[in-house]
Amino acid sequence: MARAVSIRRKSLNTFWAWLVALILFFPILWTVLTSFKPEAQAVASPPLFVDFDWTLQNYRDVQAQRAYFGYFWNSVVIALGSTGLGVLIGIPAAWSMAFVPGRHTRDLLMWMLSTKMMPAVGVLVPIYLIFRDLGLLDTRTGLVVVVMLMNLPIIIWMLYTYFKEIPGEILEAARMDGATLGKEILYVLTPMAVPGIASTLLLNIILAWNEAFWTLNLAVVKAAPLSKFISGFSSPEGLFYAKLSAASTMAIAPILILGWFSQKQLVRGLTFGAVK
Amino acid sequence: MGRITLAGVTKRFGETEVIPPLDLEIADGEFVVFVGPSGCGKSTLLRLIAGLEDVSSGQVSIDGRDMTEAPPAQRGLAMVFQSYALYPHMSVRANIAFPLRMAGMDKAEQARRVEAAAEVLNLTAYLDRRPGQLSGGQRQRVAIGRAIVREPAAFLFDEPLSNLDAALRVGMRLEISELHKRLATTMVYVTHDQVEAMTMADKIVVLQAGRIEQVGSPLDLYHRPQNRFVAGFIGSPRMNFIEGPEAARHGAHVIGIRPEHVVVSQTEGPWKGRVTVTEHLGSDTYYHVHDTGLAEALTVRAPGDGMAAPGDEVWLQPDMDRIHRFDANGARI
Repeated sequence: MARAVSIRRKSLNTFWAWLVALILFFPILWTVLTSFKPEAQAVASPPLFVDFDWTLQNYRDVQAQRAYFGYFWNSVVIALGSTGLGVLIGIPAAWSMAFVPGRHTRDLLMWMLSTKMMPAVGVLVPIYLIFRDLGLLDTRTGLVVVVMLMNLPIIIWMLYTYFKEIPGEILEAARMDGATLGKEILYVLTPMAVPGIASTLLLNIILAWNEAFWTLNLAVVKAAPLSKFISGFSSPEGLFYAKLSAASTMAIAPILILGWFSQKQLVRGLTFGAVK
Repeated sequence: MGRITLAGVTKRFGETEVIPPLDLEIADGEFVVFVGPSGCGKSTLLRLIAGLEDVSSGQVSIDGRDMTEAPPAQRGLAMVFQSYALYPHMSVRANIAFPLRMAGMDKAEQARRVEAAAEVLNLTAYLDRRPGQLSGGQRQRVAIGRAIVREPAAFLFDEPLSNLDAALRVGMRLEISELHKRLATTMVYVTHDQVEAMTMADKIVVLQAGRIEQVGSPLDLYHRPQNRFVAGFIGSPRMNFIEGPEAARHGAHVIGIRPEHVVVSQTEGPWKGRVTVTEHLGSDTYYHVHDTGLAEALTVRAPGDGMAAPGDEVWLQPDMDRIHRFDANGARI
């Protein structure tokens, strides 16, 4: 029997939920608000909340000083490219681990996850040298590959979890029906795992978009994505809070919009295995 | 054609031998049922025939051709799974057409065959639905439809009715039997339900721990079980077994007598006991008789309503011609 929850208890929960959400959201809100303030009012004390002279000047300045769209385009290529490549590699890998596990599959999965426990900076020098020798420094190709590799364990783990939910008998039925391995994955497994694959895609686009460590260290100008765009503003013009906020807002806006429209899919995907 | 031959087939999972060396011949057009308690290897055996599991040694041939190494798709067999295993993202039409599509058949011929199969299985009205919108029985029919469109050499059924409710199960049982009559294609059917085995099979293969205990027609198994296991497994309610002096008197270690081969009397008979439970089925009454000094309990099947009540003393008269005798190893004497 469901436990009766009192109105008082319910409103308390709601209050806490809102409070936590607000605390989490506040830095973003403040960045967005600051981006519309004149520089002088951006650092005013006490801070101004909405009662300031709204302006778009910061956005114009930012765009004038640095071409936003070049960075934006690099971010798009890196996020979509690394995610697409990762999923192409991840689907067969997750298939084999979910449906034809060997004796060491479990260890392999743990090992892949363990690579995420190491600080990335630990491999910065070797990777930098490899990139230098291969001529991949400051190239989109190089960044697509390195960001993909960083996210690959997560991609495989997520897909593995979704695939585990698909009854093996259906794949066996496909095999009996004459499907080759490729057709089995293409016509049966992939369509059935669409919600899971979609969540994996979304989460990894977000992760790749927000990736800063590798993009900052391996890109200079040509392949620089939005992380470089923001950091370019923070050092020489660190005191110009309003401009910096405008740059940040422009950098996070696309992914924020994507996340907003896909939040249902994301939540469903992330809790898929857990609450089924 | 659908003649399936297993020669010296074994299956090991790691160190455990699930199927010890086994030989079996399934003739073309035969309806063969693999039956046995859960874990006896009957599903594994079916999957070895299907090619979904690799044999550890031995040979599987279909119509005289060695198929031991062939992938499932090349064996020309169709399978119906316990869970139906329909493709949830495809319509009924696409589900049934899937094997034809995989075979690269042209669209018109695909459509013609799907329509024909749907007609046979009363699915015409549901062709554009998704499996999720169908009842259990309809889903099972779609699974069968998917199997018959290919015109396979043989059908493999893996406990296809165990997810259906009792009434539907009886109906589907008949439909599958009729289908077999009409198509005259070899069918290999796995079940743990001995009633399904008895009613459907031309030939029953009783399995225990991966070994074949007996192969024979349903009545053969009923009348002449080769060992105590088969005797106890085939027939419902199960056979009564009596050990000790009474068995020795018949020159056996154990004797078995089926509940329907014992007559209950309230006045006389060689065995005396007390009724503890009566089960009325309308057509028959089952008595569970204790305190006979022969076995812990004996089950007796009497026609009609019966007259003994729990607590009553009764006398039992076994039909001496129908006593089965087994030695200490359980083999028939």
